[in-house]
Amino acid sequence: MHVPDGFLDAPVSVATGAVAAAAVAVSLRGARRELEERTAPLAGLVAAFVFAVQMLNFPVGAGTSGHLLGGALAAVLVGPFTAVLCLSVVLLTQALLFADGGLTALGTNITLMGVVTVVVAHLVFHGLVRVLPRGRRTVGVATFTAAFLSVPCSAIAFTGLYAIGGTADVSLGRVFAAMTGVHLLIGLGEAAITTATVGAVLAVRPDLVRAAAGLTRPALEIRGGATVPAPASVPAPAAGPAAVGAARPARALRPLWLTGVAVTLVCAAFVSFYASADPDGLERVATEEGIAEEAEEHGLADSPLAAYGVKDVDNERLSVGLAGAAGAALTLAVGSGVFVAVRRRATAPCPGPERATGTVRAEPEKV
Amino acid sequence: MPAADAAVTDAAAVTDAVNGPRPRVVLPAPRRRPAAGHAHAGARGLYRPGDSPVHTLPAHCKLVAVLGFVLVVVATPREAVWAFGVYAALLAAVTATARLGPGVVLRRMLIELPFVTFALLLPFLAEGPRVTWLGLSLSESGLWGAWNILAKGTLGVAASVLLAATTGLREILLGLERLRLPSLLVQIATFMLRYADVIADELRRMRVARASRGFTARGVRHWGVLARTAGALFIRCYERGERVHLAMLSRGYDGSLPTVDPLTADRAQWARAAALPLTALVVCVLGWAL
Repeated sequence: MHVPDGFLDAPVSVATGAVAAAAVAVSLRGARRELEERTAPLAGLVAAFVFAVQMLNFPVGAGTSGHLLGGALAAVLVGPFTAVLCLSVVLLTQALLFADGGLTALGTNITLMGVVTVVVAHLVFHGLVRVLPRGRRTVGVATFTAAFLSVPCSAIAFTGLYAIGGTADVSLGRVFAAMTGVHLLIGLGEAAITTATVGAVLAVRPDLVRAAAGLTRPALEIRGGATVPAPASVPAPAAGPAAVGAARPARALRPLWLTGVAVTLVCAAFVSFYASADPDGLERVATEEGIAEEAEEHGLADSPLAAYGVKDVDNERLSVGLAGAAGAALTLAVGSGVFVAVRRRATAPCPGPERATGTVRAEPEKV
Repeated sequence: MPAADAAVTDAAAVTDAVNGPRPRVVLPAPRRRPAAGHAHAGARGLYRPGDSPVHTLPAHCKLVAVLGFVLVVVATPREAVWAFGVYAALLAAVTATARLGPGVVLRRMLIELPFVTFALLLPFLAEGPRVTWLGLSLSESGLWGAWNILAKGTLGVAASVLLAATTGLREILLGLERLRLPSLLVQIATFMLRYADVIADELRRMRVARASRGFTARGVRHWGVLARTAGALFIRCYERGERVHLAMLSRGYDGSLPTVDPLTADRAQWARAAALPLTALVVCVLGWAL
C-alpha cells in the first residue's frame, strides 16, 4: 500500500502533502481534547500498538498472510484525531527508517492510509450508531462496516490521485476496478479482525473503546461487596461483557454478515455507476489498437479480475461493470466462506478462545 | 533488557503515583535510556555505528540533504536515463564515504520488492503504442512508466536506507525537532520508538503463551484468537501509556521534553551535507536541458 517516490507527479505530491499537514495540525489540537493532557505518552503508546499490530500477521490460508492496516481500529478505539496522529507517526517512521514509502510521497501516504481511512471509519461508525438501536451489537455492526468501508475508500482515493497525477499510463477504469476489487477483499479481512479486536477490548475494558462511550453500560455492578454478572433476564443486548466479545460470536455475526453483503452490493453498484459515468477517451483509443493480443497478455500476466476488465473493452461500461460485479461476487464468495468458517467454529464447543483470553488477561501480572 | 527496564519504569511510575510527586524535577526514566539503535525489534539493526564523515554530520543537515536529494530525483525527467545513473553513483559514493558495505544497503532495499513487481507488470497493463520484444507485446509508455517508478523509487529507498544506517533513531528525532516539526509530534514519535521494543516483546510473550498451549494459526478460523491478542495488546499499551504519563507528571513534565544538547551545525557541516543534493540538482538541470 505504501506509495513510493515517483509514483505520482509533483503537484499531487505537494497537494496531498498540504492536506496531510493540515490534517495533522487539526489532529494535534483535537488529540489534546481526546486524551486530555496525556497526549504525548498515550498517543505514542497507541502508535507503538498500531506498529505492533501491523507486525501481527493473520494467516489467510494457502500459506499467505496479511496484516491489519489499523486505521479503523485506531479510530474506534482512541478517537479520530489521535488515530490520525498515530498513523502519521507510524508512516513517518516507516518512511524515514525503513524506507517503506517514499519521502516525497509521505504526504500522499498519510492522506491515503491515515486520513482517509480514519475519517471514513469515523463517519461511518457514528452515522450507523445514530441510526441503529443502542447496544453492544450495534458497536460490532458499526465497527465492521466502518473498517470494511475504510479500506476500499482509501483505494478509491488512491485511484482519484492517480487519475490526477499518475505517472504510469494505465487506463483509469482498470486501475479503479483492480484497486477496488482487491481492496474489497482486504477490507473484509480488516473488518473481521477489527471487529473481533474491538469486541475483545469491549469485553475487558469497555471504557477504553472511545467510540462506544455511552453506547454500552457496565455489566458488572457491586452489590453488597460481591461482584455479580448482570441478570440474564435483562432484555438489552448488552447483557454481559463477554457475551458478544467472546462467548457468543455466532449470534453477533449474523447481522455482521448481512451488513457485509449489503455493503458489498452497494460498493459493486457504485463501481458500475462510476464506470458508466466515466467517458474515458483513452480507453477508446486503446480499443482501436490491438485489443485481441492485449486480452491474451492479460490472461497470462494478471489476475482474472484484471482480465475481466480487459476482455470486453469494446464496451467500456460493461467492461468495468463486469469487473465490479466479478469483484463483488468474489468478495461475497470469500466473505461467506469466512463467515461460515467462523460460525462453524463458534458453534462447536471449543475452549480455545477462552483459554487464549485467559492467558492474555492473566499475563499483566507477569510483565 | 528493554522489557526489564520498562517493568522497572512502570513500577517506579506506580510508586510515584502512590507516594505523590517527588520534590525534585528529574527526567522520567525512559528518557535516560540510550534510545538510539535498539528502539524496537525491527529498528534494532538499522543504525550502523561509525565515525565516518557521514555519521558525524548533524542529523538535521542529513535530513535536509536526503529530502532535497529525493526531491531532485523525482523532478528529473524520466527520459534522461543517464541522470539516474549519476544519482546512483552519487549514492554509491556516499555509501563508500560512510564506510558501509554495499551488501547492507542492498539487503535493506529489498523492502521495495512489492513495487518492483507492480512496475514489472506495467508494460503489460499500460495503454498506447506497443512494441514487440521477445515475442511479448509491451506498451511503450508502460515501459517508460515502469522505468520511472523503478528508478525514482529505488533511489528514494536507497537514500532513506543510507540515512537510517548512518543516523541513530534519537538523532533523527532531534533533527526533526530542530527542523521545526511540531514538538508534540516528535514526542509521540519518540515514545513510539522507545516503547515499540517493549510492545513487540509483549506480543512475543503472548505468542509464546499461545504456542505453549498448542495454538498455531493456520487460517481464517484462528483470526478470533489473534484479534483477542490485539485487543489485549491495546489494553496493555493504553494502560502503560497512562502509567508513563503519571511517571512523567511526577517528575515535573509540563508538556515539553527538555533538550539536553541541542543540535547545532556550522557552515562547513551544512556545506558538506549540501554536496549531495546540489550535485544532484546540477545533474537534474542538465537532464532537463539536454
